[in-house]
Amino acid sequence: MTTPADDELWSAIADPSRRRVLDLVVSNSDVSASWLADRVPFSRQAVAKHLVVLERAGLVSRRKRGREVVYQVQADRLDKATRAMAELAAQWDQRLAAIKRLAEAAHTTPAAPSC
Amino acid sequence: MIPGLVIEREVVIEAPAEVVWRIITEPDQISQWFADRVDLVVEPGAHGYMQFGDQGGPVVVETVDPPRRFSFRWNYPAGEEPLTGNSMLVEFTLTAEGAERTRLRVTESGHELRGWPDGEKQRYADEHREGWAEYLDRLASVLADRRPG
Repeated sequence: MTTPADDELWSAIADPSRRRVLDLVVSNSDVSASWLADRVPFSRQAVAKHLVVLERAGLVSRRKRGREVVYQVQADRLDKATRAMAELAAQWDQRLAAIKRLAEAAHTTPAAPSC
Repeated sequence: MIPGLVIEREVVIEAPAEVVWRIITEPDQISQWFADRVDLVVEPGAHGYMQFGDQGGPVVVETVDPPRRFSFRWNYPAGEEPLTGNSMLVEFTLTAEGAERTRLRVTESGHELRGWPDGEKQRYADEHREGWAEYLDRLASVLADRRPG
């Protein structure tokens, strides 16, 4: 089951442009919006919007450094998301394994013909 | 395939697609691999209910295309109709690989990709071939490398 908070997170990383921004924040700590804008093929305004979404999802946080605002990744949130994803995948693996067992059993020993 | 769906898993089953179809759509079969109790009519738009232990929730059937595609929505707020924005979509795709073998793929996705025009989905697929799990794993390992010690 997912929670509204998870939904925000999935939405945040569903967008390829936003992933690009998050990639850069993850591999370079304390970066500003204009530093990011220089490294992506979209506008500074777009970068600013992506940062707002990422911040709302708890994936990045901001702080003031002198006169500029810099962003860093929220490692705990990222770890949590990774674990939640692995758990969901494991649940489906178990269900698929059960479906496989049931289908193969039903195929090799067909139900007795009904009278 | 649309990468970026929340979850995508698959399994190869040594049985014809028609047999696999029965296992994933008949309530007394569903209760053996999924919910404990299943009230479900396999018709598009049909409302049903699945009970998991002492928890449960409504489901709504979306696509029924035997023996190829079956999908339903779940995980939506009580009292609301499941829409693209408030629910999770579970989609099963069956591909026959010979008379006795079926590839079964399941995706469970949130709302983000649903309701996108096909062109947008294709653009997304072209731009981003990495799935959610791979993406998160990769970010986590970049992060781990950066941590001191």
